[in-house]
Parts: sequence; structure tokens; C-alpha cells
Amino acid sequence: MWAAPSRWGWLNLLTPKGLFAHDTYNKLFTMHGIIMVFFFLVPSIPATLGNFLVPPMVGARDLAFPRINLLSWYIYIVGGIFAITAIVRGGVDTGWTFYAPFSSTYSNTHVILAAIGVFVSGFSSILTGLNFIVTVHKMRAPGMTWSRLPLFVWAHYATSLIQVLGTPVIAITIVLLGMERVLHAGIFDPALGGDPILFQHLFWFYSHPAVYIMILPGMGVISEIVACFSRKSIFGYGFVAFSSVAIAVLGFLVWGHHLFVAGQSMYASMVFSFISFLVAVPSAIKVFNWTATMYRGSVSYDTPMLYAFGFIGLFTIGGLTGLFLATMAVDVHVTDTYFVIAHFHYVMVGGMVMAYLGGVHFWFPKITGRLYPEGWAKFAALVVFVGFNLTFFPQFVLGYLGMPRRYAAYADEFQILNVMSTAGASILGVGYLIPMIYLAWAWRYGPKSPQNPWGAKGLEWEQSPTPPPTFNFDVPPVMNEPAYNYSGEEKEVEIGR
Amino acid sequence: MADSEVTALEHAPGLKHHFDDTEQQLESSTLGMWVFLLTEIMFFGGMFGGYTVYRNLYPDAFASSSRYMNIPIGAFNTAVLICSSLTMALAVRAAQLGNKKVLIWFLVFTLILGCVFLGLKVVEYHEKWVDHHIPGPGFRYEDARYFHQAQILFFLYFAMTGMHAMHMVVGAGLLTTLIIMAARNRFSAAWYTPVEMIGLYWHFVDIVWIFLFPLLYLIGRTK
Amino acid sequence: MTHQVVPVRAYVAVFLALIILTITTVVVSRIELGEYNFIVAITIAVIKAVLVILFFMHVKQSSSMTKLFVGAGFFWMAILLVFILSDYFSRGWLPGATWWRS
Repeated sequence: MWAAPSRWGWLNLLTPKGLFAHDTYNKLFTMHGIIMVFFFLVPSIPATLGNFLVPPMVGARDLAFPRINLLSWYIYIVGGIFAITAIVRGGVDTGWTFYAPFSSTYSNTHVILAAIGVFVSGFSSILTGLNFIVTVHKMRAPGMTWSRLPLFVWAHYATSLIQVLGTPVIAITIVLLGMERVLHAGIFDPALGGDPILFQHLFWFYSHPAVYIMILPGMGVISEIVACFSRKSIFGYGFVAFSSVAIAVLGFLVWGHHLFVAGQSMYASMVFSFISFLVAVPSAIKVFNWTATMYRGSVSYDTPMLYAFGFIGLFTIGGLTGLFLATMAVDVHVTDTYFVIAHFHYVMVGGMVMAYLGGVHFWFPKITGRLYPEGWAKFAALVVFVGFNLTFFPQFVLGYLGMPRRYAAYADEFQILNVMSTAGASILGVGYLIPMIYLAWAWRYGPKSPQNPWGAKGLEWEQSPTPPPTFNFDVPPVMNEPAYNYSGEEKEVEIGR
Repeated sequence: MADSEVTALEHAPGLKHHFDDTEQQLESSTLGMWVFLLTEIMFFGGMFGGYTVYRNLYPDAFASSSRYMNIPIGAFNTAVLICSSLTMALAVRAAQLGNKKVLIWFLVFTLILGCVFLGLKVVEYHEKWVDHHIPGPGFRYEDARYFHQAQILFFLYFAMTGMHAMHMVVGAGLLTTLIIMAARNRFSAAWYTPVEMIGLYWHFVDIVWIFLFPLLYLIGRTK
Repeated sequence: MTHQVVPVRAYVAVFLALIILTITTVVVSRIELGEYNFIVAITIAVIKAVLVILFFMHVKQSSSMTKLFVGAGFFWMAILLVFILSDYFSRGWLPGATWWRS
């Protein structure tokens, strides 16, 4: 529903002149960016599926710090209130990136309120990450070794590392920005001796790893779904697990590719460009291993698997176009065009939102104890896939032809592609609406689910009753087989417990 | 591994239901606290990054404006914080031994030293106020060449010491809580985790100051 | 988890070392050493920080997990500093791109 501003935005771009006043358009895309990045994509999977599933998956009664977990939820609400207040009182027009000195000196909108919202919600993110790290380290059930952890948990562990190490840096960046906006001392203002690129460095030190906060949990979900619906152990478990951590670590070394045209040293750009290419390696490992898992598996086409197919295809397109952007010479051409928009929506919406929907469908029976209508779900998955591609594929072309982002109007020759995009956005909107309706219905009136409707492996499916009670397990479980043991290897005899 | 015998009635002091035993809980708390301190390192790291960049861009201006830092107060405050770290460490030691009286006394010492530090910080800030060295519209600087650059240094000075002081205020609040808890016999040799965790936090704040002091006060003193 | 009680003597020794290092750093800052003033000041600060971390914060007796996390924290801060500085230090290498020094 918070994607709504983007809908209006595309609606605006139906005609070359635009339907909204230009500053309204600026506020719309800023609102869309801030809400979607900081209040949807970052917390989405960890705060919902992660909080629910990480403890049973590692065989724990609860997260290590349940109260801190609750606190993180309250903090999120407070941050959200600040952001919404900023919107209600007239909005912000800086873009979600808050680039200085526009945000610190020239913008007349509610930058500080929105910035406080982002600052506060960051603590929520940090506390979630802290909880997961400690839970994975200290709360694992007997026999749940690191090499048996579900890949969903590995992905969340890697995500948590980024949350813990990256988020504080954006917190201090925002503090400095707020101080600068009040004092005008010039720390980010070139007119007063400051350097605006320093702001971009500090900002992207968090915000680039943050895109891995958004995508890694999605990758974890896909690993679970692909293994389950191929009835095969995941191909190259160790590689998939470590590629999550590799993405998290490498992700901290590439932020400079956002600064290629900002005035960053060319030599630094070369290093950042090279490391950005390296990120493709662990990402490709994941994609190849998922497809290898499906190879000769007995694949069934249930709804979660449909979303997983969508994820793998769309993420691959998003990831490969990312390499175009990491290439310095090409990036100069497509920087701040719709090519960038299309690229990160393929990763974020085509990747992360697809994975989220897939995960919600996969674990819906576990979480609610009920089954959703499979026919409707498959139909919705199809609508989402078609709507998504119709929305964002034309934007690759638009961007390549040179249509810049963040403008409320455009040249006449871009109209056909923009109309396609707007039409796609409407279809995508319907595609998101359908699951909301039938899932809400199924939560209340759906048929009761058996304990393990998919025949999936993993401690969370062995746990009973469904949905789980407060402390998940009465008797601590024991993990006595490899992860994803779909091939039915013998369980170990229990030794010396 | 304790199974069914872990019931709500038989919990060890301070043990929460979702942990297997006290050791697991203590290890979790320690790791959690360190992860939190990790975020603190990165939080201050952002400011250290900004500081390093500007110091390299404007070395002369930074040397010039560090002349207006009050070294005697800065050095004395460093000693005060080191003392408070010692008393905090001894407080944790007293808690390990289950010695309530000594624990309370050392916590009170630590709190007093923390307040001394903050009081001297107020004196310093007041000096800056009198000299018009607070960045913003009222900023004045003696050497006109360095007006903008010095303003950036003072901006960083207030950002860094201000954030540090804010952590000290939070720490003082936590110490007060500890003193009250200790007075109510909440700690024993078997369970004193909060004392240990807040001790870690207090030492970390001390470490931040150990870096701030040479970086902000002792630049280019020989010129 | 090791939780031996450390004798008071050890704490006091660390404390004295910290005080002496503080005095040293103030004194050295008054001696002209050129570039080395900064290096000495930072070295002393690092030594002090390591003393506090190892002894006051008990990392010396802690599990290797704790040590790893502490190390990771400082390592990540180093990443932040080094990569940002790599930009600033290499900007002057290209002729004509010196607007920021104005």
C-alpha cells in the first residue's frame, strides 16, 4: 500500500507534461523512496518471517532477547510516526538519499523530521540484527551445527552482520546532516569549505550494503523453497551458505560505484568498480546452485515455487544490469537515468518482493495453521510476474535512450514506453491486491493445514502443534540429519546425550 | 542439557525461560553486548572518518584552531575517565565476589567521576561559547584565513565530544540504576550480568575519549 | 566462559600504565617531531585502548568468539577510513582536478 506513491508517480508520467505539479512529483518519489527503502524493504523479511522462523529453525524456544525484539518493533513504530508526520506536514523533496548540500541548506521541506524517522528506525534494524546474531551463535539445538543450519538462517546471519556494522554509520551521517541543517557550519557545503562527497561516502557506506540487507533474506527464502519443491538437497550447500557471508563482506567494499560521476577520484573508482564486479561471483554461485538443485529434481509447481522461478529470472536480469552500472564508462552514460531505476527495481521488487511473497505462501500454513486457495495464488503469481515486467522492462529502454530519473516531465518520443510502464504498474497493483485479499480470507476461513503440508525438511516443520505455541518446543529438538535431507539419508544414532 | 526438569519453579536466579542454563544466558548477554559495542564503534567511526578527511584537507587550519582547546582540562578529564574505568573494573570484581557494600561504593565512585567529567565538559563548552567558537551564525575566528575551515573543526569537535558526552549521560543513568538494584540486593556472586555489561559500556566510552583527546586537543602544538 | 577474579594489583598496574601514557602523550605533543607527532599520538592512543579492552573489559580471558567480534569491529572501521581516504588521497593524481583545495 505504501508503494502507492509510485503508482501515482507512474500515472503522472502517462503524458509528457506530467499530471502533477513538479514539486509534488518530487515529494512523491521521495516519499516512495524513504518509505519503501527504510520502512519496507529493510525490515520486511527479517522482521516478519525472520523473527518468526529463525528460532524454530535453529531449534530454540525464542530469540535470545525477546524483550529487545519487542523494543525494536516499538522503535520501528516511532520511526514510522516521524516519517509519516514529515509526509503529512508537507513532505520532503530531497529524494531518499538526502544528498547534501541540497538537503542541508536549500530544501525548504521537512528534512529533519524525515531524517529523524530514518535515524530512529535504524535502531530497530540494529536490534533485530543483534538478536539474530546472538541467537544463531548461542541458541542452536544440539546437533544443529553450522553446516546444518538452514540457508534461510545463514542468509539472515549475513544480513544481521550488515545491519549491525552498517546502520550505525548512516545514523551518524544523519546526525551530522541534522546538525549541519541547523548550524550551517558547512561540513557538507562546498561554498563553506566542506565536501559534499564526504556525505555521499558516509551515506553509501550504509546504503549500499543496505541493498544486500534487502536481498539476502530473499535469497535465503528462495534456497528453502527451491530445495523443498525440487525434492533435492541443495546443490553445493557450503557454497550457497558462504556466498551469503561473502556478499555481506564484499558489499561493504563497493559503495564507491554510486560516486562515479560525483567527483570521486578516478583511481578509487577503478578499485570500487573492480570489487563491484566481484560481488557478481557469490551472486552467480547462488543462481547456478539453485538451478543445479532443480536439475533432475522432481519439481512441483506450487505457488512458492512459481515465485522462486520469478525471483531467479528477474534477479538474474537485475544482477547482470548491475554489472553494466559497475562499468565506469557505461555508468557515465546511464547514471541517473531510468536504466538505474529499472535495474534496482528488478533486484528489489523482482527479487526481494517476489521472494517475500514466495516465503509468505510457503510458511503461511506454518504461521497461521491454515491453507490458502492454491488456484487464486497461482493466478496472482502470474499477474505479478506479467505486471512487473511490463512496468520495468520498458524502463531499461527508456534509460538507455537517455530519459533521466526524477523529472516530472519528459520528451514526447518517450511516451509510448511510459504508457506501457504505467499500464504495467496498474496490473502489478492488482497482482499485489489479490494475495492480500485471499491471504486475509484464508487466515480466518481457510481449511486447517496439516503440520507439514509441503513435506518439507527443517526443524520448523517438525515442530508441532501448528501454529507454534509461545516457546515453540516443549522438549528441545535434536538435529540428527544433514540439512535438506530430501534424499532420505539415514538419521544418525543419537550419541551420548 | 537440562530437558524437562527446567520448569518455571526451578530457574536459577535471573534465568529466563527460553535459555537452557545460566551459562548459555551469560554467554548470550556478553556476545549481545559486544555486538552492540560493535555498532558503537561504527557510529563513532563515521565521525572519525569525517575528521580524518578534513584534517588531511586542512592541516594548518586544524593546527591553528586546536590552540583554542583547553589542554589542562582535557588531560585532567582523561585522567578522570581512566580513574572511573578503574573503579568500574573494581566494581565488577566486587560483584564477582558478591561483596555488596564494596560494589555499591565503587559504583558511586564511578558515578561521581563521570559527573566530574561532565561538569568540566560544561566549563569547556562555556569557554567556547564566550569565545564565539560555536559553529553557526555566531561563529567568529581570530585568523580570518581559516574562518570556514576552523568552523568545520569546531563542528566536528562539538559533534564528537557531544556524542561522547551524551553516552556519558546515558552511562550515568545506567550506573544510578545499578546502584539502586545493588542496594535492593538484586545481585549475587551467581548473577551480576547487568554490572558486567554496563561495565563494558563504560569502558567503551572511556576508549572513545582516549582517541578524542589526542585527535582534538594535541594537533600541531609545537608550531 | 572464564570468570576468574582478577587480583586488584593487575587492575592498578593497568591503571598506572594508562596514566603514564596519558602524561607521555601530552608531553610528546610539545616536542617538534614533524609528521611523527601524529603517529606517536595515535600509537599511544591505540596502546591505551588495547590495555582497556584486554584487561578492564576482560577480553584477554574471553572466548575467541568475543575476540573475533572485537577485532571485526575495528577492522570494519578501518575499512571505512581506508576506502574513504583512498578517494581523497588519489584525487590529486589527475592533473586539473584540484577544485576542492581552493
